[in-house]
Amino acid sequence: MDGSATTSGGQVRGRTETIAYDNNIVRLFAMAAMLWGIVGFLVGLIVAIKLYAPEFLGDWSWLSYGRLRPLHTNAVIFAFAGNAIFFGVYYSLQRLCKARMFSDLLSKIHFWGWQTIIVSAALTLPLGITTSKEYAELEWPIDIAITLVWVVFGWNMMGTIARRREKHMYVAIWFYIATFLTVALLHVVNSLELPVSLLKSYSVYAGVQDALVQWWYGHNAVAFFLTTPFLGIMYYFIPKAAERPVFSYRLSIIHFWALIFLYIWAGPHHLLYTALPDWAQSLGAVFSFMLIAPSWGGMINGLLTLRGAWDKVRTDPVLKFMVVGITAYGMSTFEGPMMSLKNINALTHYTDYIIGHVHLGALLWNGGLTFAMLYYIFPRIYRTNLHSKSLANWHFWLMTLGVIVYAVPLYWGGITQSLMWKEFLPDGSLRYPNFIDTVTQVIPMYVMRSIGGTLYLVGACVGAWNLYKTAKSGKLVANEEVQVVNHRIDDPHTSDTKGHWHRFLEARPLRFSIYVFIAVLIGGVVEYVPTALIKSNVPTIASVTPYTPLELEGRDIYVREGCYTCHSQMVRPFRSETERYGEYSKPGEFVYDHPFQWGSKRTGPDLHRVGKKYPNAWHYKHMKRPKDMVEKSIMPPYPWLLEAPLDLTHTEGKIITMRKLGVPYDEGYETKAVADLKVQAEEIAADLRASGFNEATSDKEIIALIAYLQRLGTDIKKQPTTAGMQ
Amino acid sequence: MYKNVLTGIPGIEVYPIVALLIFFGFFLGLIVWFIRVDRTRMDEVAQQPLHDADRTLTSTTEQHP
Repeated sequence: MDGSATTSGGQVRGRTETIAYDNNIVRLFAMAAMLWGIVGFLVGLIVAIKLYAPEFLGDWSWLSYGRLRPLHTNAVIFAFAGNAIFFGVYYSLQRLCKARMFSDLLSKIHFWGWQTIIVSAALTLPLGITTSKEYAELEWPIDIAITLVWVVFGWNMMGTIARRREKHMYVAIWFYIATFLTVALLHVVNSLELPVSLLKSYSVYAGVQDALVQWWYGHNAVAFFLTTPFLGIMYYFIPKAAERPVFSYRLSIIHFWALIFLYIWAGPHHLLYTALPDWAQSLGAVFSFMLIAPSWGGMINGLLTLRGAWDKVRTDPVLKFMVVGITAYGMSTFEGPMMSLKNINALTHYTDYIIGHVHLGALLWNGGLTFAMLYYIFPRIYRTNLHSKSLANWHFWLMTLGVIVYAVPLYWGGITQSLMWKEFLPDGSLRYPNFIDTVTQVIPMYVMRSIGGTLYLVGACVGAWNLYKTAKSGKLVANEEVQVVNHRIDDPHTSDTKGHWHRFLEARPLRFSIYVFIAVLIGGVVEYVPTALIKSNVPTIASVTPYTPLELEGRDIYVREGCYTCHSQMVRPFRSETERYGEYSKPGEFVYDHPFQWGSKRTGPDLHRVGKKYPNAWHYKHMKRPKDMVEKSIMPPYPWLLEAPLDLTHTEGKIITMRKLGVPYDEGYETKAVADLKVQAEEIAADLRASGFNEATSDKEIIALIAYLQRLGTDIKKQPTTAGMQ
Repeated sequence: MYKNVLTGIPGIEVYPIVALLIFFGFFLGLIVWFIRVDRTRMDEVAQQPLHDADRTLTSTTEQHP
């Protein structure tokens, strides 16, 4: 670095220094985002097709819907949007701080570490190695790796901020800091699990508490992984592309504080009408509703930045993608608070409406902003022009139309199906008592959705080609040398300390971070602590006992196959549900459920009261080929469960782990567990043979799964017994 | 059910009031800040993203995407 004191206009003081921005790391993350994006969209298309053609791609266990759907969500959230966040942050942070990234080594570790995590997710999820906690399905060793790599990212970012040459941190950087801190908190708290083996663990929370923690995480992953970093990106790239400052900087600060303060409270809106305590549901609903204010404030701030520059939106692909993205943000953040109202939630929850809603956000808000950034950054770091503006326009229209063709049918289908679930005949019975009738009604919508998804995927491929050609036509400026004025040279702590308190905060990233942390912690603590205290007070139902070893093994198969991706285990207290499924679910029924399996979507019917509803033979035949039992079923067959032997290697360890988590298995019971398991398995196998399935033997996985399904929701019908193993 | 649980927490009566004060105080603080803040400085800070550097050295030609 060279130094020469400069003064300009009597206002700018400091020293001119020569530095080089690291564009190579930006390029790497950008290419990764594009690559994983296409993979994630493709897997999404595959699972979308499987919904109306369950035999698509054959009966391979590792390509089954329940295993691929988590792969799709993880790929799009953490691989596509994740890498997009990183290239957006690495590009904008260096320029906002007028500093190269803190450490090239940390940048590299961050990049390769994150890609390794993605690859391990792509390997483990199809193999059924999963915790089943939505958007946090990865098993404990990968969870630890995520924590370490995330710390590397934060360290690199905070180091860069500490070395900045601007006195004040621009608002985009605040959003990045909030992202780093809150995601770290969410990930660590939600991933607390006790390992059984290298690739199997149980959540430390059970039932109601696990659900609350999971949706506190799930909702805030949307808030702090898919929203705040992209808002930071919006506050940097919208002014850049429009070549004018943000509409109101003051509004952006209000937007920031209000958003991070309110967001963290909103998680329970995912659990309305469930067994979660009513006060937590109401609190979640109220805060979710209030969220509309900062969300729309931010959207308006972004769109109004374009005042006087709307003519550019007609011609500049970057702005087109931005404007559609921000508009989709506005639509999603309107839908979100509306669906937090209990009466609307009763209609939309568990339906495809939610799938439409999240795709509007993911494909247009996250996707739109990501593609806008790519089209902005590529020509600049390669010192060239965009290969083809017309291809970018094609991409834009394929994306926008694709999402419309995707979302509108799902909105329509979701509401249609929900109304069918709730419709009664004049005599008081359900109009559609067979769940399958409500499924066949929405199949055409599923077909439409996969067409929309295809358009989006084709658009992304066109975009990737355009960016590839752009890169080929230029040469990467890996180290972009610039001269900047160091405004912090004369006093490292700045001379602004006597000024306003917020200015004081801005000049001190560490203290600023602590306040951000407190702001996000308040909501979490207020909601979680009383629920945790309930643990000893949950209305214990004396007849609810721990699972038998065979049922526990069966439950692990249920988790492995991702049954929760299509079936809920939570009967809500509506007449339409108690008529269809039976008694509504009580919090005390889930006290031994590590992890909970309430699910969030009913592609198939709720299973909480499925126990003893059908004979063993029905389940046996149904799992082998669902269409044999329900002609129009869209459930995929699970023939491998009838052939694979049940693995008993960890049965003892599972009992020990569960006891450590507070499940009252008697001391030493683990030594008897396998013997007990075999007795119960033989009973089921004998029953199956008596029903004509002569090939049924007690050592197969299907036996354990049947044992679990037959147990589901039956405890409250039993005569109370003492807790512990019978 | 939950009412029984909550009444079991010592000093629970003040919780709603404390929560309201935190909430109200937070937004009151924001409003006060909004009115009092120095607007010219806000405008200065808002310019930050528009200047990536004071001078670009790597390339001699202006980019024109």
